Amino acid sequence: MLEVKDLVVAYGKVKAVKGISFSVEQGQVVSLLGTNGAGKTTTLRTISGLLRSESGEIWFEGERIDRTPAHKVVMKGLAHSPEGRKIFPRLTVEDNLRLGAFARKDTDGIARDLKRVYDLFEILYERRAQPAGTFSGGEQQMLAIGRAMMSRPRLLMLDEPSMGLSPIMMQRIMSTIRALQSEGVTILLVEQNAAAALKLSDRAYVLEVGQITLDGTGEQLLGDDRVKRAYLGED
Amino acid sequence: MNVPTIVTPELQKRFHVPGRIAALAGGLLLAASAYLPWAYDGDALDNMAFLGGPSTLQFLGALLGLLLAVSAGMAWVEPWADRKGILPRLLMVSRRAGWTRGTKALGVGLLGFIAVVLIAIALELGGLVTIEYGGWVALAGALLGFVGSRLLTPGRAPSLEKVKTPAWLEIVSIAVLLLVALLLAAYALNQNDGGTFLSILAFIGALVAFILRVGAGGWLSAAGQRHRNVLVFSSFAVAFLFPFTQNGSDANMSIATQVLIFAATAVGLNIVVGLAGLLDLGYIAFLGAGAFTAATMSQSAFATIGWKPPFIVVMLIAGLVSATLGLIIGSPTLRVSGDYLAIVTLAFGEIFRISMSNLDGSDGPDLVHGSSGIPAIPNLNLFGFDFGKVHTVLGIPLGRFSNYFFLMLLIMALIVLVFTRLNHSRIGRGWVAIREDEKAAEAMGVNVFGLKLLAFAGGAFLAGLAGAVKAHVDQSVTPDQYIFLESAFLLAAVVLGGMGTVMGVLLGAALLKLVPEKLRFVNEYRMLIFGLLMVLMMRFRPEGMIPNQRRVLEFHSDDEELVEEIEEDLPYEFAEEH
Repeated sequence: MLEVKDLVVAYGKVKAVKGISFSVEQGQVVSLLGTNGAGKTTTLRTISGLLRSESGEIWFEGERIDRTPAHKVVMKGLAHSPEGRKIFPRLTVEDNLRLGAFARKDTDGIARDLKRVYDLFEILYERRAQPAGTFSGGEQQMLAIGRAMMSRPRLLMLDEPSMGLSPIMMQRIMSTIRALQSEGVTILLVEQNAAAALKLSDRAYVLEVGQITLDGTGEQLLGDDRVKRAYLGED
Repeated sequence: MNVPTIVTPELQKRFHVPGRIAALAGGLLLAASAYLPWAYDGDALDNMAFLGGPSTLQFLGALLGLLLAVSAGMAWVEPWADRKGILPRLLMVSRRAGWTRGTKALGVGLLGFIAVVLIAIALELGGLVTIEYGGWVALAGALLGFVGSRLLTPGRAPSLEKVKTPAWLEIVSIAVLLLVALLLAAYALNQNDGGTFLSILAFIGALVAFILRVGAGGWLSAAGQRHRNVLVFSSFAVAFLFPFTQNGSDANMSIATQVLIFAATAVGLNIVVGLAGLLDLGYIAFLGAGAFTAATMSQSAFATIGWKPPFIVVMLIAGLVSATLGLIIGSPTLRVSGDYLAIVTLAFGEIFRISMSNLDGSDGPDLVHGSSGIPAIPNLNLFGFDFGKVHTVLGIPLGRFSNYFFLMLLIMALIVLVFTRLNHSRIGRGWVAIREDEKAAEAMGVNVFGLKLLAFAGGAFLAGLAGAVKAHVDQSVTPDQYIFLESAFLLAAVVLGGMGTVMGVLLGAALLKLVPEKLRFVNEYRMLIFGLLMVLMMRFRPEGMIPNQRRVLEFHSDDEELVEEIEEDLPYEFAEEH
């Protein structure tokens, strides 16, 4: 579904991503793991068109998209819930969600999806007229995910959805991701919390300073010694 | 708003009965004082020197006084609502009104009105001694009413918008209100005396504050929502009727036409600033570009372009020239955000003016005759209708400026239509997203650059249209009409009135243009006064005089009443399913 080949991304002279290749298959949850500065967020931003790559190719459903502007990438069915949530704090919940559906024009479908999001996150329905900035971190994250779902993506990219959340909230987010997967949404996940991410991943890649150093299924990596030492805090 | 409280709630609880009596008595005293002379000499304001014959201003004062007495007294009348009959049923409606809140607002407004009147008398006749005893009685009444109203507890919030009223009543109310507004505006404009004009403004201010606080504003806006087309149509009808109230005099029509041109430009700027959130400090250049384009293609002997297409075509070309300039300025700068744009547009405004001054044949092509500009632009002639002639309709002569007023009204209707269509479209939502957070908007699939450019070029196009008419209204176009100050005033109109709304900007533009025309002393100090006004607005009402609801939420996100209001407006009803 998504295929990244030899992707190189640079900020000026500094190469943040140094030729990585990976793929995401239909219906999978795929994780990118790594420490700060490994290039995970840069990779996502490049896929969604917010950054331009230096070289390499990005293919989405048989189409090359590495020169496609961001707003057209969304229309192709690829949504990006950015790092730090980036909700619109002064707009209401409902306005936020409707903006998520900006790339769509089917009013009925939007109304249906709005209901779907409200069903998934009841709290959003209860507070739909409130400015999103008054929410707690976890609620904002739900809104960010809900907003990304509003474009009815076939591939959803989530950047650090658990960042700064309480353990309970985090479980909630992880189970939401599983629920989305069961609905047939393919998910590309960037996470710092490796254990949680690996548990629900069909496949995972470990990035270190711009390069993929390890890959395998979620289970394989959970059992891998190097992963255990570096990311799971076990000896 | 943190205004220091002198009258504490405890004080209000203890003294609300004497307070109510004082407000009632003060209102009646003021009403009675209208029959006494307020000034020693008839020269001040409208003649207020008679005993037993109130002048118009005195009459307006009496009206406010009676209103204060009635609204203060309502609390004692309302218990009768439990009896039977038609009157008690009306009283039931009155129970939904916020009479006490209205009383409090009117107490302030009334004092302001009397203060303006008395100060104006003193200034015009020379000293406080020129105020007759009636004036002091009026002041005493106003003070009594003010203090009394301060002592009242605010009481219930109005809920008049929930009253079920027949459609005809709502439509008639809208029409009557607009007609009253027209008559008041016509009356105020016909006053050549600055003090009288200002007093009428104070009267209107007090009345509007009262109406809003009583809750009739809520009812009216609900009615306006239900009959949106009626409201829009009758607003334009009333504006259309305005020239007929002037008896062929062109003095006010000239001001009104200038106000319309200014307002049309300001609404165009509001697309850029209010909707897309782009700060444009050189917007006047687009008006200028339209005016210069129209001038060079006009029938003037000084026009430099030989091609003289009909005015409709000229207007379109003027709009397109402005829009092209907008694209040229916008495409490199809109990629960067925020302050850069403000600086570039500021520079662009000056570059435009200076370039025009230099296109005089010695430094460049002689396109606009440099700083002397293009004079002697003849009046328009559209489809055989000569804009320079006086046309008599129903026995009322309509002069040159009335003709242009009608044309501007049409263009204004077009601009307002474009504005509201855009605001409520997908594009409008995209602009909101850009205004809030560009990066997030991009991730949502908003074409940030494209939409910014659209706002910029679209706004410029509308300004170009207005500029084309302005060239013919002013009869000459010179570069020094398009200085930075004008851009600043346009921006001030947008900010004062309310970013992102049409009504607000119309009001802001009208005030900013009208007040200096009518009040000579304001004209001298207008920079000072408007500057001060802007600072005060930013402190106490950053969303503008007539804000749009979303904006209010952006500035006061902790207002729970407002959240509820917006909740009621949401289109989706899932309540029963949850």
